[in-house]
Amino acid sequence: MRRRAVSTGFAALVLVLAAGGCQREERQTRLDPPIAAALDGVALMPDRISGAPPAVYVALGKPYERNAFNLAEGKRLYGWFGCAACHGEGEGGKGPAFLDGWWAYGPSMVSIVSSIRDGRPHGMPPFRDKMTTEQIWQLAGYVQTIGAYSAKTAAPGRSDAKQRRPAENRAPAALLFDPGPTPLHPDQGPEP
Amino acid sequence: MRRVQRAVALALAVGLAGCSGWQSALDPHGTDAARLAGLMWFVMATCAAVWVLVVLTLAPALWRRRAPRPDPLALDAPRERRMRAVIAGAVGATVVVISVFTLTSFVTTRGLGVTGSDEPTIRVRGRQWWWEVEYLDRDPARAFKTANEIHVPVGRPVRLRLEGDDVIHSFWVPSLAGKQDMIPGRTNELVIRAERPGLYRGQCAEFCGIQHAHMAFLVVAEDEVAYARWLEIQRSDAAPPSGPEQEAGRAAFLSRQCAACHTVRGTPAAGTTGPDLTHVGSRRTIGAGLLDTTRGAMAAWIADPQTLKPGNNMPLVPLDADALRDISAYLVGLE
Amino acid sequence: MTQDHDAGTRDHQVDRTMLEARLAKTWRTDPGLWGALATVDHKIIGRRYIVTAFVFLALGGVLAMLMRLQLAGPEARIIGPDRYNQIFTMHGTTMMFLFAVPVMEAVAVYLVPLMIGTRNIAFPRLNAFSYWMFLFGGLLLWVAFALDMGPDVGWFAYVPLSGPQFSAGKRADIWAQMITFTEVAALAVAVEIVVTVFKQRAPGMSLDRVPLFVWAMLVTSFLVIIAMPAVMVASTMLILDRLVGTHFFNPAEGGDVLLWQHLFWFFGHPEVYIIFLPAVGMVSTMVATFARRPVFGYLALVMAMVATGILAFGLWVHHMFVTGLPRLGESFFTASSMAIAVPAGIQIFCWIATLWSGTPRFATPLLWVVAFIVTFVIGGLTGVMVASVPFDTQVHDTYFVVAHFHYVLIGGAVFPLLGAVTYWFPKFTGRMMSERLGTWSFWLIVVGFNLTFFPMHILGFQGMPRRIYTYQPDLPWHGLNLFVSLCAVMLVAGFVLFAVNVVRSLRCGVPAGDNPWDAPTLEWATSSPPPPYNFAHIPVVGGSNPLWESPEKLPVASGLCLDRRELIVSSVVEAQPEARESSPQNSVWPFFAAIATSVMLIGSIFTPWAVVWGAVPVFVTLVGWFWPKGTPEDAA
Repeated sequence: MRRRAVSTGFAALVLVLAAGGCQREERQTRLDPPIAAALDGVALMPDRISGAPPAVYVALGKPYERNAFNLAEGKRLYGWFGCAACHGEGEGGKGPAFLDGWWAYGPSMVSIVSSIRDGRPHGMPPFRDKMTTEQIWQLAGYVQTIGAYSAKTAAPGRSDAKQRRPAENRAPAALLFDPGPTPLHPDQGPEP
Repeated sequence: MRRVQRAVALALAVGLAGCSGWQSALDPHGTDAARLAGLMWFVMATCAAVWVLVVLTLAPALWRRRAPRPDPLALDAPRERRMRAVIAGAVGATVVVISVFTLTSFVTTRGLGVTGSDEPTIRVRGRQWWWEVEYLDRDPARAFKTANEIHVPVGRPVRLRLEGDDVIHSFWVPSLAGKQDMIPGRTNELVIRAERPGLYRGQCAEFCGIQHAHMAFLVVAEDEVAYARWLEIQRSDAAPPSGPEQEAGRAAFLSRQCAACHTVRGTPAAGTTGPDLTHVGSRRTIGAGLLDTTRGAMAAWIADPQTLKPGNNMPLVPLDADALRDISAYLVGLE
Repeated sequence: MTQDHDAGTRDHQVDRTMLEARLAKTWRTDPGLWGALATVDHKIIGRRYIVTAFVFLALGGVLAMLMRLQLAGPEARIIGPDRYNQIFTMHGTTMMFLFAVPVMEAVAVYLVPLMIGTRNIAFPRLNAFSYWMFLFGGLLLWVAFALDMGPDVGWFAYVPLSGPQFSAGKRADIWAQMITFTEVAALAVAVEIVVTVFKQRAPGMSLDRVPLFVWAMLVTSFLVIIAMPAVMVASTMLILDRLVGTHFFNPAEGGDVLLWQHLFWFFGHPEVYIIFLPAVGMVSTMVATFARRPVFGYLALVMAMVATGILAFGLWVHHMFVTGLPRLGESFFTASSMAIAVPAGIQIFCWIATLWSGTPRFATPLLWVVAFIVTFVIGGLTGVMVASVPFDTQVHDTYFVVAHFHYVLIGGAVFPLLGAVTYWFPKFTGRMMSERLGTWSFWLIVVGFNLTFFPMHILGFQGMPRRIYTYQPDLPWHGLNLFVSLCAVMLVAGFVLFAVNVVRSLRCGVPAGDNPWDAPTLEWATSSPPPPYNFAHIPVVGGSNPLWESPEKLPVASGLCLDRRELIVSSVVEAQPEARESSPQNSVWPFFAAIATSVMLIGSIFTPWAVVWGAVPVFVTLVGWFWPKGTPEDAA
C-alpha cells in the first residue's frame, strides 16, 4: 500500500519534470544530416517575412529556442562569425539593434533564419555557404533571445567578461524596449 | 602469508617497472621530475615498510595462542601498562616519520624550479581544449605564437607563464616536472628543464569540460642548434603555397570561415579564437594531440571535427570535396 | 509542574504486561500510509534512511560500472563524453552526498538513542523532516539525470566551468540546489544528535562512560555543524552568480575563482572525516565485542577523535597544492595534513592492542574490522604521500588520487559499515545474517576491491589524469584499465551477494535474542527489534560496559508517565537526571514542510520569485508543525 503510493508519487514527479525538462538539456554536438537537410526547408511568405518552420523543427520540440545548449552555441557562433562587427552586443551599429525589441522582419525564428541564411537588403550578407543549417538555427535562436520580451528559462548564461547590457536570461528587450512616438506595426512590438 | 606477500611485492615491482614511457612520473627526464621521483621513491618505500609493520603486528594479535578469559572485564594490569608503553613508542615513531616527510618535502620544494638569469620565457594559455603557446621576447616583433607543441632547449631551464583563458586547466608533463594549474585571472609560473633530448607528452590534469580527455600537448626537447633553427622558422611568416592545389587551398582558406578564427601570419587570416596555423604542418599532431599531422588526418579533421572530438570548439564548415582537398594540402604544407 | 498532568499513571504503578501495553499505545506509529508519513519514531526513520542510502549506493555503483565499461579499452565509444561527464559527476555526488554522509547519520539516528538509553531522538519531527529533505534532494538529482539534465561539472563543481558562461542550462543549478537539500538534512540530524547525546543520556552515563560510537557521532555532528555551512554558502553564491548575475567567482568583475575552492574544501576535507569518524566509532564498538574486552585506550581514542575533528579544519589547502599558493603556506598545510596521521595512528594501535589482549571471535563483523585496518592503513599512507606538496604535484588529479580516496572511503568507511550492518542486523530486524554468505561476500569484496583499486595507483604514476572519458591507444594504460574493469565485476559480485544475504536473512535468518553477540552496550539491553518505546524502564548506568558489569539485571529508573511520551533529561557531564521531558507526538507536518521547502528550492532554480512565493507555504506548514497544544513540555 505504502510502497505503491510512493512509487505512484515518484512516477508523477518524473512525469511533471519530464514535461518541463524535455530535451531542454540534451546536447547534440553534431546533427544527423537528414534532419539538418529537413531543417533547411523553411517555408517563407513571398515577402520573406515570417512563414512556417519545417515540420521536423516542431516535431523536435523547437530545440533552437528551448534548449540552453543550442542557445549557448548560438552565442559562441555570434562571436566567431563576427556578428558583433555590425550588430555590437545587440545594441546595433552598422546593422540594426536586437536589444530594442524592434524587428524589421518580425521576431519569428523563420524570419531570422532566413535573414542569416539568405541575407537582407542594405548590407546583411548571406551566410548560406559559411555556416551549416544547424549553426544558422542555433545563431537564430540566440539572436531571438537577445531581443526577448519575456525572460526565458532556457538561455545562455551571462558571459564572464564585462558587458554593457543585461544578460540574455533577463528579458533585455523588455528592459530596453522603447516603442517611440509612432504606433506599433503588428510585427514589431511586444504585444501585436 | 609470506608467499602472498612475496607475490604482492612481485606484482608491485612488475607494475612499477611498467611506469616508463613518455608521460610517466616515475620515468623522469627533467631536473624537477628527477628530484620528485627521488622523493616519491623514498616516501613510498618508508610507507610500505610502515604498512608491513602494521600487518605484521596485526597478524599475531589475531592468531596468537592465549588462555581463555571467561570474564570480559578481567584485565591484566601489567600487560595493559606494557601495551601503553608500546603504543606511546609507536606514536613517537609516527611523529618522527611524518616530521622527516615534512622536512624532506619542504627541502625538495625549495630545490624545485631553479632558474638561471636569461632563460627563455614562454606563455602557455590553457583554452578549451587546446594549448596556446607564445614565445615571449624582449623585442615584441620577435615574439610568436604556436599551439600544442612546446620546443625547449636541452639542459637549460625554461620559464613557463601559465594562464587560464576560459576555465581552469592544469599544465602537466610528468616526465619533466610536477603540475601547475592555469587559472583565469591569475598567472602561475613553472620552470622546466629537460635533461635529455626527446618527446615528452603532457596532458591537462584539471577537469575542464567535455573534451578534457583530448587536451594533450608535446614538449620537444632538442639541442641548442636545432632549437635555434626551430625558433627562426617559427618566427618567419607562413611559407607561400607551392603548386596550384596549395594555391587554391590558400584562396579557399581565406575566403571561407577558416580565417575568422585562425591566424596564418603573412596572410590576411588573423583570427584568434582557434590555434595559430602559421606552421601547423611542422607540428607533430593536430587537434591537441588527437591525430598525427598527415594530409588525410587534416582533411578528416576539417571535414568532421565534431565526430573526431565531440563538443570541441571547431565548428563544422560546409566545404565541397575540392575545397576540402585543397585546404588540407595547403595546411599540411605550412611547415 | 501542574497537578492534572502529574495525575497520569506512572510506570512503577502497573505490572510489566500492563506497562508494555500502555507504553506501546503511547509511542505507537499508526498503520497505513498516513501513519508512515507522520511517524517520528527514530527507528523507523533511521531504517528508512539506511535503506534509501543503500539504494543510492547501488545506483552509484551502477554508474561506476558504466565508467569502468567505457574505460576498459582505449577510445571506446560506448558512452559519449557528455554522458560520461554526467556519470562521473553523479557517481561522486551520489556517493558523497546521498550515500556516505547520510548512511552514517542514519545509523546514528537508529542507534544513538538506543545506545544512550533513551526513548527517542531529540527533535523527532525535525528528524522526519530531515529524511524527507534528503529523499527529495536525491530524487531531484536522479530524476534530472534520467532526463539528461544531470550535472556534468564534477562533484566539486569548480568555477568557472560550473559558472554561467561555461555551463549553459540548469545542470549545475540542479547540483548546487541538491547540495542545499542534503546539507539541510545533514545539519538537522547533526543538531539532533548533539542534543540527544548531551541531554538525553541514561542516568549515570557520565561523559567518560559514553559508548565510543556515540562519541564518534558527537564529534562528527560538530564537524557537520561547522563544515556544512561553508558549502551551502558556496553553492548559494554559485546559484546567485548563475541566476541573478552576481559576480562572486568572476575575475573580470572583481570576483575570484579560487574563492570557490577555498569554500568548497573548507567543507570538503572535513567531509572525509564526517564519513570516517563514524566508522571509527563502529570499529571501536565491534572490536570490543569480538575481542571480548573493553576497548584499549578509551580516553586516547576519544581524544584522537576530537583531535581529528579539530585538525580536519586545518588541511583543506592540500586539495589546492597546485593552484600556485605561496610556498610557505603550502608547507604549513603539509605539516597539518601529516599531523592527522598521529590520531589515526593512535586509533589503529589501540585497536590492535585490544585484539592482542582480548580473545578474538572470528565472526563476519570482526573480519570486516581486520579488512578495514589492512586496507585503511594503505589509504592513510597514500594520504600522507599526497600531503607532501612536491609528491602531490605529480599525483594530484590523477588515478593515484582516485585510488587513494577509494582506499580511504571504501576501506575506511564502507568496510566498517558493512561490518556494522552485519553486527547490528539482529538488533534492526530480530534475525541474524548468514555467516556463510557473509564470509563469501566478505572475501569477494575485499579481494575485488584491492584488485580493482590498487592498480590505479600505478595508472596515476603513469600519468593517467582522472575524469577523462577515454584515452588514446598509444598510451600504456589499456592493460591495467582492462584488468581493473574486470576485477570491478568481482567487487560488484560481492556487493550483490551482500544484498542477497540481507534479503534472505530478513526472511529466514536465525532469530536473534536480545544480545546475540554478548555485547556490552545498552542497545542490546532491549528486545530485537526494539519496541517503539525502546526501553520499558530507562536503564541506569554504572560503568562503561553496562551489560558486562551487570549481566543479570540492569538497574532501572522509574517514575515516568505512561500516558504521554516521556523521557529523562539529564545533565551534560554527569548525566544526573534533571527532568521528565515530553517527546513530540507523530505529525504529518514535517512531511508537508519538506514538500513546501522542496517546491521553493526547486522553483528557485527557474525563477528568483519562487523564493518569495514559495516561502508562504513553508511558513504555513511550519505554523502547523509548531502549533501549540497547550501541554507543558517538561516536569522536574
